[in-house]
Amino acid sequence: MDGAASLNGALRRVPVWAVCGLGLVPLAVLVWRGLSGGLGIDPVKTLEHQLGLTALQLLLAGLVVTPLRRWTGVNLIRYRRAIGLLAFLYAALHLLVWLWLDLQLRWSEIGADLVKRPYVIVGMLGFACLVPLAMTSNGWSVRRLGAAAWQRLHRLAYAAVLLAALHYLLLVKVWSAEPLLYALAAAGLVALRWLWRRGRSGTVRA
Amino acid sequence: MRKGFRTDLRWSDVTPKEKWLNRRQLMAGAGALVLAAPALAQGTAAPGRYSTDEPPTSLEDISGYNNFYEFGYDKEDPARLAQGLTVDPWSVVIDGLVDRPGTYALDDLLSGVTLEERIYRFRCVEAWSMVVPWVGFELAALLGRVGVQPGARYVAFETLLRPEEMPGQRGGTIEWPYREGLRLDEAMHPLTLLATGIYNEPLPKQNGAPIRLVVPWKYGFKSIKSIVRISLVADRPQTTWNMLQPNEYGFYSNVNPQVDHPRWSQASERRVGGGLLAPRIDTLMFNGYADEVASLYAGMDLTRDF
Repeated sequence: MDGAASLNGALRRVPVWAVCGLGLVPLAVLVWRGLSGGLGIDPVKTLEHQLGLTALQLLLAGLVVTPLRRWTGVNLIRYRRAIGLLAFLYAALHLLVWLWLDLQLRWSEIGADLVKRPYVIVGMLGFACLVPLAMTSNGWSVRRLGAAAWQRLHRLAYAAVLLAALHYLLLVKVWSAEPLLYALAAAGLVALRWLWRRGRSGTVRA
Repeated sequence: MRKGFRTDLRWSDVTPKEKWLNRRQLMAGAGALVLAAPALAQGTAAPGRYSTDEPPTSLEDISGYNNFYEFGYDKEDPARLAQGLTVDPWSVVIDGLVDRPGTYALDDLLSGVTLEERIYRFRCVEAWSMVVPWVGFELAALLGRVGVQPGARYVAFETLLRPEEMPGQRGGTIEWPYREGLRLDEAMHPLTLLATGIYNEPLPKQNGAPIRLVVPWKYGFKSIKSIVRISLVADRPQTTWNMLQPNEYGFYSNVNPQVDHPRWSQASERRVGGGLLAPRIDTLMFNGYADEVASLYAGMDLTRDF
């Protein structure tokens, strides 16, 4: 644990805003690529896909914080709120690109997709899970709701990450490694919580 | 067009694309006949009937955005990974219910055919589309030459199987070689092409060099690439996407805005090439070729025979 302790010590000097800045780098890269024509032949698809993928990666990163602390002692808990809010930002931009650049506000088709297409329904449900989480990711809400209720509410993150991974899996035309690995990671990280709860080791909750 | 085009002109003699494109715009304006003659004299294919007057997608986009799973799943993979494909020598086996079966060298297939340009809309099942200036000849001309026997009702096609040069064939869930098929009347339809070029250049490898099928009223995956076998058969052949997901990809796979893919809508499509604000347009029945092909499917329930 010595390594972990010194790492935690070093991390104490890394402010939360630095993590936020880091999390905005993929967005800045996308904007730069968009402005310089570097998003490829179908820039809309690239943008949509990259924003969605980054959201999924951040959701998974948020779920890694607790196992990392339990298993290695490295404590990233104070960055978790920033990670979650960044995930929401990327998911919201992903949705916006789909509505505006991809479907180009063709509301009748959007409406049909929302009731008929499993991948769209699953994706929207995932986003819907993130909305209350983003709205309550502040100290005032934690105090207002009480720690226990707040924590219960934030278990929606498990549903969100599973829905997001399923959303990706439902889109591909043939089975390929990438969406399957993300789905496995999401299922594994959520299953861990379930195992911990069943084990009732008591103090540690995620 | 590579060798069968009996002429002593070389590719260096071809009109540079920019000039040719300018000429094309002029032609669209006025005096098409006057200007068409010099274009022909310089070795370009004859402008064919059925061409759309919609602006063609750029060669860069057509050859940089491909679904050719033999070279990877990503659209950019084929342009990168197909360059090692050997396309010369190339031969095509023609067998089954034909009078003159055999293994035909590509030169052989192209000798005596008139190559023409066909500017067709191309609609992918993934709801994007392009406009492609193909160079090729009608499949019907080839079928006429080899002699279709009375029992033949379908035409089956196969892509090259060469995992050493096609990295996508070394794994994955697709049963190689890629195969496709048409009903005989679809194959004989004058819109159905065997293409050997685009923009008056030989087909780029990632676009299915040296010879591919083009069936403009069907989703793009029906237009099988890098063909090595054409069989005339009595029974409906197995086709790759139908084998993979029969409820998503029917044998016919005609472009139809009213019949959705089970997982996404086919009502509209995005035209590739317009950047971030590429327009989404309504998808047309039979990809806009209904006047030519709707009669082939008279009386059929297209929601069932999709």
